[in-house]
Amino acid sequence: MTEGSSAEAELSVRVSSIRITDVTQDGDVLTFAIASQKLNSSAGVCVFRTYEDFDWLQQSLFSQENLPGLHGIIFPPLPSKALPSQSNTQTKALKQLGFLALGQAWQSYSKALEFYLQQVATHPTLCKCNALDSFLINSESPGRQRGRKGIFNRLSQAVEEMRKESHKDVDNFFQNERIKNTNLAALSKVATEKLLDVVMTEQKLALACGHFSTSLHLCVNQDDAAAVAFSKVCLKLSDIIEAVKRNFEKAGSSNLSTLGLGLDLESRYQEAEKEMLFRRTCKLIELETVKKSTEKAKANKREVMEAFQKAVEKEFSLISSVAKQEIERFHSSRVNVLKNFLIGWCEQQLNTAKEFAELYSQHLEACRNMYTE
Amino acid sequence: EDISSSSNGPKAEPMLLDHDPDDLFAEATEEVSLDSPERQMILSDGPSPAITPVTINPRADVFDRSPDQDEDEEENRDTFDIQISVSDPEKVGDGMNAYMAYKVTTKTSLSIFSRDEVCVKRRFSDFLGLHSKLASKYMHIGYIVPPAPEKSIVGQRLGRRSSAVTELDPDAKACLCCRYLLRTVKQPALLKDPDVLQFLESSELPRAVSTQALSGAGILRMVNKAADAVNKMTIKMNESDAWFEEKQQQFENLDVQLRKLHASVESLVFHRKELSVNTASFAKSAAMLGNSEDHTALSRALSQLAEVEEKIDQLHQDQACADFYLISELLGDYVRLITAVKGVFDQRMKTWAKCQDAQVMLQRKREAEAKLQHANKPDKLQQAKDEIREWEGKVQQGERDFEQISKNIRREVGRFEKDRVKDFRVVIIKYLESLVHTQQQLIKYWEAFLPEAKAIA
Repeated sequence: MTEGSSAEAELSVRVSSIRITDVTQDGDVLTFAIASQKLNSSAGVCVFRTYEDFDWLQQSLFSQENLPGLHGIIFPPLPSKALPSQSNTQTKALKQLGFLALGQAWQSYSKALEFYLQQVATHPTLCKCNALDSFLINSESPGRQRGRKGIFNRLSQAVEEMRKESHKDVDNFFQNERIKNTNLAALSKVATEKLLDVVMTEQKLALACGHFSTSLHLCVNQDDAAAVAFSKVCLKLSDIIEAVKRNFEKAGSSNLSTLGLGLDLESRYQEAEKEMLFRRTCKLIELETVKKSTEKAKANKREVMEAFQKAVEKEFSLISSVAKQEIERFHSSRVNVLKNFLIGWCEQQLNTAKEFAELYSQHLEACRNMYTE
Repeated sequence: EDISSSSNGPKAEPMLLDHDPDDLFAEATEEVSLDSPERQMILSDGPSPAITPVTINPRADVFDRSPDQDEDEEENRDTFDIQISVSDPEKVGDGMNAYMAYKVTTKTSLSIFSRDEVCVKRRFSDFLGLHSKLASKYMHIGYIVPPAPEKSIVGQRLGRRSSAVTELDPDAKACLCCRYLLRTVKQPALLKDPDVLQFLESSELPRAVSTQALSGAGILRMVNKAADAVNKMTIKMNESDAWFEEKQQQFENLDVQLRKLHASVESLVFHRKELSVNTASFAKSAAMLGNSEDHTALSRALSQLAEVEEKIDQLHQDQACADFYLISELLGDYVRLITAVKGVFDQRMKTWAKCQDAQVMLQRKREAEAKLQHANKPDKLQQAKDEIREWEGKVQQGERDFEQISKNIRREVGRFEKDRVKDFRVVIIKYLESLVHTQQQLIKYWEAFLPEAKAIA
């Protein structure tokens, strides 16, 4: 798989060190600081990239030449472009990006981009692409050149396309995989949305607690002894509600940064697999069409057609074999990824529960002592 | 079905009423409650009720109050030992005449009760009837009579000019009635009242005389209340006692603050219910994901995740109950209590006005007598002298009444302020207990889930 000047070099940075360390916003433009460590030295590298650069990288990956079976690769999904302008309300952002729109200062979004880079860098084929290395270490950004139109990611659901999607497969393995993938893609999308609803409600609750706590604080009145006693009680309740608010904030934030990100990633990856399977199906349809044409061809054209058919067959077979490997790799890696997210989620929620159990108990103890005097 | 909030019928609570106690509140087949004139003014700008039916099932132990724990030194009571519970709402009869009956259980060692433990059946209108009687007997001498349990709560949503009506389910109503009775018996004067004793003990209670909601009598009452409200506004009292002025101002402020707090808590309860619904929905989606998953361990973990989320949903519901029954209801009770307190202050003003009127009358009679002296009409003179004596008596009575009500109010307000602190403290502790319990349950669930997550792959 190593010809010509394109996708060839090995990656010159340590894969596990790739991080997005900072994100700044200037009007409409988000700039990400990407840090990594050089493989052969302890030197670190830091570059600044915008979304256009990420898009350039993705397009470069799509359009690699002389990579047989390229269409069979499940390309790591790049999150949609964030539109941070003022006119973009939170509801619009949520619709567009889901979980990635939440969190402080584009943290979730940065995390998702970081995952993307890590996944490209760990992909056995894609990591060799020049574009990746240049993306990570060149101080100059790769330029705003329009990447060559590589693989068309399906953007519209034309009726034609829907028909192709359900085209029967010649291979049982792929037929089953397509069905399972369709199912999982739909279900994980729904689960992501439902969890998002939960997190949004947690935010509303934190806000409501904040209001309540503030209102209680305003009940303070020092006019006489009775008023002072009552004020103390109100302040105590205010403190407690403030704690409940922080509780919601923490729980919501944990939901977001672990399970939320995990489900979002899973859902987008299922879509990526869907894209790949569709590409293969299209190739299959092409092959079947060519076969039919060849059969009908007149004698003088037949040789040419047959050669053409052989070429298409070869392409299809390469795609299928790459696809098979990709699918197996995907199956095992997604399980690992989900496992880590689930563990992280559980541990964070457990810690939050312990922290607040302790805090509420302290309050309870204090109140019991105070009030029995 | 129930009459919606947009057509409030006449109120069941005669706050400023001097009428014959038997001429009672309006009682249609479906009981409705009117708001007092003060409330009416708050609600008058275009209410468009957003009905949020809150069906909350209270845990039996969440609300379990008995007022006996604390000794009230000043009241000179020996062991105040009485426990009341209101439970087992039961539908009686059917069709248009159906109503809810509640079991009222009283356990006590006090001697004024004939038995240690009594159990009677009461319907909601019986509670309202009891309140009505007590109000007409005690309010005008300055006792803060606990306000009647209302069927529905009217709260004002923060930031919105509409009022949201929350219909109470039978269990919530039972709690409300129970708290009403407890507050009533906490009042030493009311505890001894024969109507209270009869309510708690006798198996048969004479049905409160019912009048239809918009009957002639009902409308008359409404008119009287309006007149009272106008009178209140035109009484300019020469307050000689700064204490009353300060206290009245404090209660005005407190009223505003409590209503705001109540609205805040309603928001909290609402969102917590929303969280419960969303959690349940997420649990289902996780379960479906688990079912479709090929990888055995991952599938198992996802199913466990779904179960954990279902349990958490239950916790949210329980916590919403605590929010509601502990905090929201407490605030609601106090909003209503403040109305009762304000009513007593109003009574004092009316008493003062009466006294003033009597003095004016006396003055006139004296002037009349003086005129008659010169006119030399002996028979009319005697009558004039009689009238003077009569009015002198009235003035004295009025002054005594005024002194008495002022004294009573001072004592009542002191008691109210102490009880307020105690009530809130009790609620805070109970609320904290519920919070601790929830977190401890969560710890259990997460600790059980963690090994499942780690066991994947």
